[in-house]
Parts: sequence; structure tokens; C-alpha cells
Amino acid sequence: MVVGIAIVRVRNLLAVTMLTGIYSLLVAILFVLLDAVDVALTEAAVGAGLLVILMLATISLTTRKEKVHATRQSIMALVVVSVTGAALIYATLDMPRFGDPEAPAHVHLSPRFTQESPTEIGIPNMVTSVLATYRGIDTLGEAVVIYAAAVGVLLVLGTGTVRRRRNRKDEDGPEAGEKS
Amino acid sequence: MNQYIVLRVVSKLMIPVIMIFALYVQFHGEYSPGGGFQAGIVFTAAFIVYTLLFGLEAAQKAVPPVAAHILAAFGVLLFIAFGYASLFLGGNFLEYKVLLPNDQAGETFGIIGIELGVGITVAAVALSLFYSFAGRERR
Repeated sequence: MVVGIAIVRVRNLLAVTMLTGIYSLLVAILFVLLDAVDVALTEAAVGAGLLVILMLATISLTTRKEKVHATRQSIMALVVVSVTGAALIYATLDMPRFGDPEAPAHVHLSPRFTQESPTEIGIPNMVTSVLATYRGIDTLGEAVVIYAAAVGVLLVLGTGTVRRRRNRKDEDGPEAGEKS
Repeated sequence: MNQYIVLRVVSKLMIPVIMIFALYVQFHGEYSPGGGFQAGIVFTAAFIVYTLLFGLEAAQKAVPPVAAHILAAFGVLLFIAFGYASLFLGGNFLEYKVLLPNDQAGETFGIIGIELGVGITVAAVALSLFYSFAGRERR
């Protein structure tokens, strides 16, 4: 929460990037506390690792300071945000208690997955068996989405292949033009 | 950053460990947390560390961007190939138990296969994204 507010308030984008990484790590810790270790591993690797690296690369290409616009504080925006937040909080009141064994999520498909997947699939990590077998087409879709995202980025930004530029001769070494 | 000897030595020690850990996350995903997604990212992290230290040119000499693009497509195709393999062996699409005579072994084999596909895709995609961001120069 504190980190989130700091991300919004701080104007130095380098600091914002670092705070985003910290935020991801905190969320990963939260996932570990909720016993969602697989998600935590993903969050730590992607959010705190790769995302920060990509944002740093972007900052090194653009600028380090956020432009401060003279913001007009809109009452309408505040109203919309408040109403949406109130509706969401109101909706959480209907949710079953945390960890309730009678919750709808735990009586429909979960018993079948938890009770039969060890004998049906034969591997101990239930997350993997659900991910890869029961939800195999989902996972295939995710892989295709990742690939499509990469294709999009490559089309927009180019492949980033380092070419031997002629103007590099007057620099003092092959490493001089590199990002560090 | 090539001139910092401590960084260079430590990361030279760390890069193989990171890669081994990625492979562990990949192939131990049935027993412990992990799988293709996480392993791919961790594997790419090793390459990113290498790039930060030795420069983009050295990294692209090790893994050219073209190779990364081909591998990204190859991972998805490997996944789909497992789907079709089970289709042609008499099961449904992505129903791995027909791949091997034993049901459980077939399932495990299929899971390892598609996780490998996902891992290759994620690693290659993350690497090519990193290349395309890092390869641009400030105008």
C-alpha cells in the first residue's frame, strides 16, 4: 500500500522502477503466505526481474524525469473511483469467509482435482497437472499469446540486432556504445 | 561494466548456477513449484546478466536474435505437436495418456514435453524482447 502510493507520487522514474520491483517482491511474499508458491515464483521472476530490466532499458532510451503536468483535480473522477471502490468492497461482503471449505470454489471441481489427480496423472505438484492436463488448451493459448506479444513488440521496435555501424570507429572501443 | 572485476568474476560464477537453477525449475516442476514459465524467465535472467556485463554484442554473438525468434516459434510448435501427437494416437487434443502405454507415464511425458515447449517459448520471447529494447539507441 505504502509502496503503491509512493509509486504514484514519486517523479523520478528510476526510483519508480525500483519501487515497482519492491512491490512485486512484496506481492510475491504475500502469495507465499497464501501458499500459492507457483504464482509467487512467477511474480518474483517476471515482476521483480524482467519487468524492471525492461523498464530500465526504456528509461535509458527516454528520459529519467516524469513531466509534471498542471493537473486539474476533477471531482467527477473522484466520484467514479469512489463509487467503483464502494461497489467492489460491497461485493466482497458476499464472498465466503477466507479458507471456508464450503465455498463454491471448493465444492465443484476442486475435490475431483485434489483427490484424483495424484492417481490419474501421477505427479505430486497439482498445480502443474491442472495447468498442463486439465487446462491444457488454456496453457497453449497462453503460450501463443506470449509469442504473439513478442511478434508485436518485434514489429514495432525492431529486432535490436547490433550492427557494425560506421560511426562507431571514432568511439574508443566496441563496448562504448553499449547500454550498461 | 566490464571493468569491475568483482562483478565480472562473481557473475561468471553465478551465470551457470542461474542456468542450472532454471533447468531445475523446468524439469522438477512436477514435484516442486515451478514450470515452463518460471524457468524460461530465470533462464533469460542469466543472459541478461551476461549482457549487462559484457555488452549486447557479445550476448548476440552467443545467441543471435534470429535464433531467439526461431526458438520462440519452435516452443509453441512443440506444444502444438504434443497436442497433435495425442490426437493422432487416438486420444483427444492434448490428451497425453495415449502417448505411452502406461497412463501415468504418458501424462507425465506429455506434461514434461509441453512444459519444455512453454519454457523455450518464454525464454526466447523474453530474450528477444530484451534484445529489442536494449538494441535501440537513444536518438
